[in-house]
Amino acid sequence: MVISQLIFYTLAAFTLISSLFVVFSKNPIYSVLWLIVCFFTIAGHFVMLNAQFLAVVHIIVYSGAIMVLFLFTVMLLNLNKETEPHKPTLLKFGAVIAGGALFLIVIAAMRSGMPAPYVAPQMSEVGYVKNIGMKLYKDYTLPFEVASILFLSAMIGSVVLAKKERS
Amino acid sequence: MENTIQAVPQNWYLLLSTFMFCIGVMGVLLRRNAIIILMCIELMLNAVNLLLVSFSSYAGNAEGQVFVFFIMVVAAAEVAVGLALLVSIYRNIASTDIDILSKMKW
Repeated sequence: MVISQLIFYTLAAFTLISSLFVVFSKNPIYSVLWLIVCFFTIAGHFVMLNAQFLAVVHIIVYSGAIMVLFLFTVMLLNLNKETEPHKPTLLKFGAVIAGGALFLIVIAAMRSGMPAPYVAPQMSEVGYVKNIGMKLYKDYTLPFEVASILFLSAMIGSVVLAKKERS
Repeated sequence: MENTIQAVPQNWYLLLSTFMFCIGVMGVLLRRNAIIILMCIELMLNAVNLLLVSFSSYAGNAEGQVFVFFIMVVAAAEVAVGLALLVSIYRNIASTDIDILSKMKW
């Protein structure tokens, strides 16, 4: 077995196990921490796929910003195992069966149209910072600028929403 | 050492991200805490990101990775607004249980 295959299988196992823990852990804090593990393994996948720029951005944005925000909110609202609401057991079984059925349906739909196992002929270099930057600033300049407006509106919106109302 | 995209068939990435997406869907159906539901939505977004990056790498086309970049932008904005909404809801009903938030239910 080639070593990069081994790395892929290990990373994939970690990704799946940690995402299962996100769904099934009882304490919300543990869910957040497992989600951070999951995001780090996905950044590892990006590195293995030769997408360095996205791997770094993924760690900065997801593990650095978004998950800190989640952790901060969970701690601010003081959520723990005792306050965690639970669905009835029957509904839980129903949810698991529905998720499994969705998986089966998607796999069955893909199986008919899935091509033979495809491996790339040579190493791709599209994920390097230089190439992505050229693409981003040449062909996608307008969406890039519009994204900053989206961020500005999201910032203002979240401040307005989270502000305490004067009664 | 051989490169990953030359050693691992792309079907494995398809399977992996399908499985992750289904775990996210399962979490949305399974949990009642609104914060965990937001986290499961992040999980689904990441499954799609992984799939886009793998297609882009295997095909040698940079557009998929640019799209993933924009998806990350939108996800960050979405999380900021969603958590602000949740904090303001918590201030009013002192809970993040979605079964209590059923006023708009038909």
